[in-house]
Amino acid sequence: MPSWIPLGGLIVLIALLMAQLAVPSARAWVWKVAGALGVIELIALLYFGLFWAPPEAFMSDVGRILYVHVPHVWACLIAFTINVGCAIAYLMKKSWRTDALAEASAEVGVYFGSIGVLMGSIWARPTWGVWWDWDPRLISTTVMLLAYVGYLAFRSFTEDPERRAAWSAAAAILGYVSLPIVWYSVRWWNSLHQVQSEGNSLDKPMRAVLNWGTVTFLTFCLAFIIKRYDLARARQAGGLELPPLQAPKAEVVA
Amino acid sequence: MTRRRLSLLRAAWLVLRKDWQIEWRTRARLTALIFFSLSTLLLFSFAMGPDIEALRRHAPGYLWLALLFASVLSLGESFRVEAENQALTGLVVTPVDPRAIFLGKVFGNASLLFGLSLVLLPVAVALYDIDLTRAPLSLILVLFLGSVGISAPGIVYSAISANARARDVMLPLLLFPVLVPLLLAAVSATRFTLSPDAQGQLPGWLKLLVAFDLIYLSVGFLLFPKVAEED
Repeated sequence: MPSWIPLGGLIVLIALLMAQLAVPSARAWVWKVAGALGVIELIALLYFGLFWAPPEAFMSDVGRILYVHVPHVWACLIAFTINVGCAIAYLMKKSWRTDALAEASAEVGVYFGSIGVLMGSIWARPTWGVWWDWDPRLISTTVMLLAYVGYLAFRSFTEDPERRAAWSAAAAILGYVSLPIVWYSVRWWNSLHQVQSEGNSLDKPMRAVLNWGTVTFLTFCLAFIIKRYDLARARQAGGLELPPLQAPKAEVVA
Repeated sequence: MTRRRLSLLRAAWLVLRKDWQIEWRTRARLTALIFFSLSTLLLFSFAMGPDIEALRRHAPGYLWLALLFASVLSLGESFRVEAENQALTGLVVTPVDPRAIFLGKVFGNASLLFGLSLVLLPVAVALYDIDLTRAPLSLILVLFLGSVGISAPGIVYSAISANARARDVMLPLLLFPVLVPLLLAAVSATRFTLSPDAQGQLPGWLKLLVAFDLIYLSVGFLLFPKVAEED
């Protein structure tokens, strides 16, 4: 696969995102197109990843999980970043739209993250000989995932929509802040172990397939988030009367 | 008209004193916490069996887990007392900066946990045969920094989970993932105050503890007014 093909996929993905954001009439079909496109890309990924790409030098066929595992974790991190962006935006200016997007991206992020961590564990067994290890990336992704599972549970356990929006935004920010600290503390704890190899050492055809996988799962991520957002909006509209959002309480001065 | 406002630190001090006063008059929370964490420490030693070497090696972990479990009780309680008679609403509508309430509550909780950890130390000596005399001042510093680190994110989570359904499950579910780096840093730092620190790793972990405290104190400081607004 020439290396420009994933780039083409990425451009299509960005075009879909733009259409979703800028063209109101496109909103009815963008997620369907993205979903269908994702399925086609996935079929191509199966061929390229399983048959076309050369086997990995040390791990042979086990290394092929890279093409689905890494894109899943990236999609998860992007979804969580969208979530925390929405959380900050909500706390600065209240809006039911950012709240719905926060809910959508958190749920999609937990989905991609769980699959990603699960696949990482499956990969670690034949490669490292263990299911679980003190790898900073593994631990920080898992901690992040736990924080967001707590976030989703909290959202479903709080009835008042306005409180839910503000409080879960605060919980999301506190959880997201921990990501770099977890990373550093585990790396520090583990400083005597070897550092895992980085993705830059990949051969060109494998790099192209990895990029293709990333485009594939980001396309799915887009479709899922849009659909989940629509659901959250519909749920908000169907809920008992939403209170009008108030401006922050004026400060009382004694 | 003269506008007289309490300074932030003064207001935080008043909130802290109020919490201490409530605590002192009942002493219910502290007593419950002490017995809860005592039995936690005891259970760890039963679960591990009589191998004193293993117990001594893992003592820092047990100590911090006991404190962590106790912190869930103490944090939950710290907003439950305010929920009665809608005292928190009263507190929020008083002309104090909500950030002062945050600071007061954090240090109120941290002082409680710190006091608890000081009570637990001699018990840990008895159960796990640890040596406190190696670096007592560093140990006390670690305990204090750890208590603040648990309380800073804990107070924000406690404020938001106090009104959720199933709040007793909610608080640890939200809090524990965030506290993972703190637990790592506090356990390592405690280990190096109790046993020889050949490679001089204690200062690094202390720095991480300080960084954690400062990050969560400032994030909580910014977030708490938004959280309290909805109460």
